Amino acid sequence: MIKGEKFFHPDRLPTIWCPGCGNGIILHAAMETLEELNVAQSDTICISGIGCSSRSATYTKFDEVHTLHGRAIPFATAIKLCRPDKKVIIFTGDGDSSAIGGNHLIHAARRNIDITVIVFNNNIYGMTGGQVSPLTPSLKKGTTARFGNFETPFDMVKLVEGAGATYVARTGTFYYKKMKQYMKKAFTRKGFSLIEVLSQCPIYFGRLNKNPDPYDMMLAQKDILISKQKAEQLSKEEIGNRLIMGELVENNDQLSYLERREQLLKEVRGS
Amino acid sequence: MSIQKEILQGAQACVKGAMEAELGFFAGYPITPSTEIAEILSTELTKEGKIFIQMEDEIASITAVIGASLAGQKAMTATSGPGFSLMQEGLGYACIVEAPLVLVNVQRGGPSTGLPTKVAQGDIMQSRWGTHGDHPMIVLSPDSVQELYELTIRAFNLAEQYRNPVIILTEETISHMREKVLIDTSKKPHLIKRAKPELRTGETYLPYGKLVDDVPIIGNIGDGYGTSITGLVHMENGFQSANFEVADRLIRRLNRKIENKIQDIFEIEVINPDAETMFISYGVASRTIKSLIYSGHDEIGLIRVKTLFPIDPEQIRKYALKAKKVIVSELNLGQYYYEMQRILPEKKVHLIEKIGGELIAPKEMLRRIEELND
Ligand code: SF4
Repeated sequence: MIKGEKFFHPDRLPTIWCPGCGNGIILHAAMETLEELNVAQSDTICISGIGCSSRSATYTKFDEVHTLHGRAIPFATAIKLCRPDKKVIIFTGDGDSSAIGGNHLIHAARRNIDITVIVFNNNIYGMTGGQVSPLTPSLKKGTTARFGNFETPFDMVKLVEGAGATYVARTGTFYYKKMKQYMKKAFTRKGFSLIEVLSQCPIYFGRLNKNPDPYDMMLAQKDILISKQKAEQLSKEEIGNRLIMGELVENNDQLSYLERREQLLKEVRGS
Repeated sequence: MSIQKEILQGAQACVKGAMEAELGFFAGYPITPSTEIAEILSTELTKEGKIFIQMEDEIASITAVIGASLAGQKAMTATSGPGFSLMQEGLGYACIVEAPLVLVNVQRGGPSTGLPTKVAQGDIMQSRWGTHGDHPMIVLSPDSVQELYELTIRAFNLAEQYRNPVIILTEETISHMREKVLIDTSKKPHLIKRAKPELRTGETYLPYGKLVDDVPIIGNIGDGYGTSITGLVHMENGFQSANFEVADRLIRRLNRKIENKIQDIFEIEVINPDAETMFISYGVASRTIKSLIYSGHDEIGLIRVKTLFPIDPEQIRKYALKAKKVIVSELNLGQYYYEMQRILPEKKVHLIEKIGGELIAPKEMLRRIEELND
C-alpha cells in the first residue's frame, strides 16, 4: 500500500478528474502527510465546497461533508466548534474560496478559527468549463474572457493576511515536498491556516492559454512562483506578476478562536 | 403539577422553548424583527457552555447551523425577511442531506427590505417552496407567546424525528408582544433525539442505508463512522450519483417520509365547529377571529392551522365543507387562500386579507364579512 492510500475509498476511484490535473497531487500530499502524522481515521474531518477540487473530500474515508458552493468555511467553523478535538481540513478551489466564498474566508481568518484551508488554485473554474475566477491572472484567457482577463486578480495570501490569518503559505504542485512540509505545520497548529497551492488545469486553463501539456504547466510554475528569499533581493518591477511562495505568514502569539472561547467560558462560568 | 406563570416577550418564550429542547448551537445574523432571539441566546447559551456564534451573513448562519446539526447538536437560527431569502440555499441542502434544524422566521413586511418593523404573513409560500427542487418542509405557525414556546419544543422534536428542517413561521407582533405563559415545571417536556447507528460486527456502515419509517440513521460527523454527506443526489453510502433510479428513489423517499406522517405532523385548533361562517386562519391573523368569537359572535367558527405545511386536507375538509361560508383570513394577498382553494374545490372560498403592516381589527373584520358577496 502506498503512503496515504489507506485514507482513500477504493470503490470511489478513479476520481472524476481529467488526466494531468493537479488536484490528485494535492489531495495525495494531504493524505500522505496525515499518515505521516499518525492520524487516526476518526481524528479528522474533511469539508469541501463545490468544484473539481472540492470533490477531494468525497474520496476520503474520513467523516466528510461535501457542502455548497463557497460555503465550506461556515460548515467547518460550526463543526470545529462542536468537535474541537478533531482536525478540520477544507479542500477548496480558487473560485469556491475567493469569489462566492470570499466573505466566509475573510471572516474565518479574522476569527482565527482552528481550521486549515487548502486552496487548489488552478486559476479557473474547471467544473463549469473554464470561466475566469478572481485568481485568474490579468490577460489570461477563460471561456468568459476570450480576449483575456482585464480584471486584476486577488493576491490570496495578502487577502487572508490582512483579514487576520495566523499561518499562510503558498506553493505549487511542482513543489511536492514543500507542500507537505506546510501541510504538516498547518495540520498541527492552532488557529486559522491557509495554504494556496498553484495547480494545473490542462483541460481548460492550459488549452485556452496555449499551454495544454500538464508537464509544461507544472514546469511553468518555476517562472510564476518566486521564493521569499529571492523576492527580497528584487525590486517590485523585477518581481512583476510573479507570486511569492513559501511560508509567508506565521504568527503563533495570537490566541485562536477556540482558545479565546475557552477563556471567555472560564470567566463567565468559573473554571 | 406545578405551574409557573410568567410574563414573557415572544422572543423570550422562543428562547425558553429552545433551551428546554436542549438547543446546543445557534448561529445568526442581526435583522429586524428577529434580532432579540439571537441577543437573548448569546447570553443563555454562553452561560451554559453551549455554542453561540454571530456569523457574517445569513448564508453563513444557516450553513453553520447545518454543520453543527451534522456534528450532532440540536441547532437553530432565527431571521426575517431578506435574511430568510438568503437562507433558502441552505434549507435545500438541509433537506437533501437530511440535517435536522429549526429556523425561526419572524415575518415582516416584504418584498425586499419592505417594512422591517411591521407585521406581515407574506412568507407562506416561500417557506414551503423557497428553495429549489422537490423537497418536503414542515412549517409551524403559533398564535400566541405561549404557543411560540410550545411549538419551539415541538419543532426540535419534529426536526430530530424526521431529520428535516422545521420552520417556525411567526410574526413581528407575536415575537415582540408580552403575554402570560404557563409552564409546567414539575416535569421535563418530552424530547425526541435522532437515532445513532448501532453496527453489528462486520456490518458495513451506510449513512443512508438503514431506514426507520423512511428516515435514515446517520452517524454524526466527528463520531468517526466515515460518514459521507453531499448535497448532490447520493447513494446509500452517501457518495454522489447521477443515476436515474438513485435520484428518483432518493427524492421520492425524502418527500414520502413527511407525507406518510401527515396525521402526526398536521395540527389544527377548531372553535365553533358547527358555525355557519367558518374562518380558516393562522398565526397572529387568527387572533382577530378568536376575539370576535370570545366576544359572543357564535355564528363564526375558526379552523386555526398550527401546522401550515404539510397540509392534511381531510382534517380541514371535515369542518370547512359543512359550513355555509368559508373565509380565509391572512396578512398577505392570499397565499394560504390558494392552498385552501386547492383542497376545497367544490366550495367557494372567500378571502379577507390585509397588507401594509397592520392587523385586521375585529370591527373591520365584521364589516368585511358583511361586504363579501356569495
Ligand atoms: S477540468 Fe481542469 S480542474 Fe477540473 S478535473 Fe479537469 S483538469 Fe482538473
